[in-house]
Amino acid sequence: MTTLTGSFRRRFLGRSTEASPSTRDHTDPVAAPQDEVAPVDIAPNDPLLVYLQSATGAVDVAELELDSPALAELKAAGVKLAVPLVSQGELIGVLNLGPRRSEQDYSSDDRKLLDNLAAQAAPALRVGQLVRQQQAEAATRQRFEQELEVARLIQQNFLPKQLPELSGWQVAAYYRPAREVGGDFYDVIPLPDDRIGFVIGDVTDKGVPAALVMAATRSVLRASAQRLVDPGVVLERVNEHLCPDMPEKMFVTCLYGVLEPASGRFRFADAGHDLPYVKTADGSVELRARGMPLGLMPGMAYEEKETVLAPGDSLLLHSDGVVEAHDPQGAMFGFPRLKEAVARYPGGGELIDRVLSDLRGHTGADAEQEDDITMVTLARSPVAAAASNGLAPTHQLVEFEVPSAEGNERLALERVSAIVGPLGLEESRLKRLETAVGEATMNAMEHGNGYRVEQPVTVRVLTEADLVRVQITDLGGGVPDQDAEEPDIEAKLAGLQRPRGWGLFLVKNMVDEAHETSDGDEHTLELVMRLADSAAERPDQGGQDAHQ
Amino acid sequence: MHTSDATTAVRHRDGVAVIDLVGDVNARAEGSLDAAWDDATREPPEAVVLNFETTGYINSTGIALIVGLLAKGRARGIAIRAYGLSPHYREIFEITRLADFLAINPDEDSAVRGAEKSSA
Repeated sequence: MTTLTGSFRRRFLGRSTEASPSTRDHTDPVAAPQDEVAPVDIAPNDPLLVYLQSATGAVDVAELELDSPALAELKAAGVKLAVPLVSQGELIGVLNLGPRRSEQDYSSDDRKLLDNLAAQAAPALRVGQLVRQQQAEAATRQRFEQELEVARLIQQNFLPKQLPELSGWQVAAYYRPAREVGGDFYDVIPLPDDRIGFVIGDVTDKGVPAALVMAATRSVLRASAQRLVDPGVVLERVNEHLCPDMPEKMFVTCLYGVLEPASGRFRFADAGHDLPYVKTADGSVELRARGMPLGLMPGMAYEEKETVLAPGDSLLLHSDGVVEAHDPQGAMFGFPRLKEAVARYPGGGELIDRVLSDLRGHTGADAEQEDDITMVTLARSPVAAAASNGLAPTHQLVEFEVPSAEGNERLALERVSAIVGPLGLEESRLKRLETAVGEATMNAMEHGNGYRVEQPVTVRVLTEADLVRVQITDLGGGVPDQDAEEPDIEAKLAGLQRPRGWGLFLVKNMVDEAHETSDGDEHTLELVMRLADSAAERPDQGGQDAHQ
Repeated sequence: MHTSDATTAVRHRDGVAVIDLVGDVNARAEGSLDAAWDDATREPPEAVVLNFETTGYINSTGIALIVGLLAKGRARGIAIRAYGLSPHYREIFEITRLADFLAINPDEDSAVRGAEKSSA
């Protein structure tokens, strides 16, 4: 007996047994070798299948007349009876029997017994088939998930662990792999003469193969970028390295650009990757450069272009997972919409947040992400934006986020200290600023964001002539500050006030000025510290301007 | 980020209990500080001296914990002194007026001597 699989391949017993069918093991697929004959393949369109499907019991093969190659084969093999195994109306196997060894014909009792046997064996066989099928599917799924995990590990291991902090620039990046892990990658490469290389790329294919090609591309690109200056030449070199070993039907799209932070000059070359957009005072502009993807064919040249990112300009590098995201009706997000978003939204991390929000609105919040999504932004701080009204120009030194979790105020104060320290703030005043930043961040995490780790506190550090501003923003706009009560230690010792409630008091007393603002959604506490020690000019310690 | 949860040790010297505060004095120090206080005052000492020489970061919650110790000391008539504060945290003790309710000494010897004189 055999089961019918997708290919309808089956095996049958070619010889009869000695006793009645009830005493024989016709159904045992591992019957004695002498009872085995070569399996018979039944084509899906063979009329024998239809006949057996509708047969009401054991079929006399010798008496059956059908234009059926399989039937001819069965007859040639000496099969006398074919007993269909039908479960829930589906033919799942056939029990084939040769002549009885007694050389007598099968009796009506034999046939009845065989029909009963088939009626009981068919469901059991079906259950066995389903179990085996599910086990095979589970094993396939497990192998698939393991492969995805390996791909994820490879990719995440090769992404930058941190982004550079460039004076006057904000660098932000976002990377989220799709469930099946595509081949997106990005990189930031420190180069000689304070230049920074930025890379964004996409390997065709998914999973481990894509991750391995990504890792190879990144390594070759990093090495080439250190030795060669021109972005186009770097891509040429990478292409020559990749071509000999690139798996068939795979290639890499990649954009590589070099930023000179002091001048804002950005030189780039493109190997078939989606072109970047720049937000300028006049709207958004697509930066074009021609070049074939990497790894397709050797000897390629890559056009090199350059632009200057002016103060206030913002550059967006992106992968096709953004523009090719579909809405439920199948419409893509598209390049025009992304270009418009770059023109409309502020640059830097906020641009990424806004684009992601628009994407969610386009695809639907619960839609599974189709492809990897990667975005990298370079935003040059506006400079002298307020000079025309007589105010000092402001430079943003850094913007970063701190997850709202207990103890994370240390992250904020240490990072601000590292940024502000080199500006010349004297040690004691730097310590004061550290305490103020720590307390303000703690307040923001606790009272503004309720210590919800997914709601980060945003910290910005700006300089302005002879002062530094630190802005700490939470999402508790309009929520009254729980620390607003002026702490009185005598009242606390007498049990008339709770022991806590020192946070805002410390903030106000540690810095030269503290200002609170709220726009209904966000609440910001700005700390101002003059770089030169002007303590002698200030009123007493408690008299700073703290707006609440 | 270099954080270290506070650990405490209690020593007794010349009738004075010295609590060594090691690490950060923040919300996570509460249990350790309370246990140290209970240990230090099981037999009422002439004073409790807080040693801040090996303390790292003190935040406003840490200040509140010290206020809590002051309240406990006041309830039982136990004076509290402190030494080993950095200039920055000494300034914070003054701004918050903690310094009005606990004497701040430059080192352990002067803190212990000060406690003996006060109780004499």
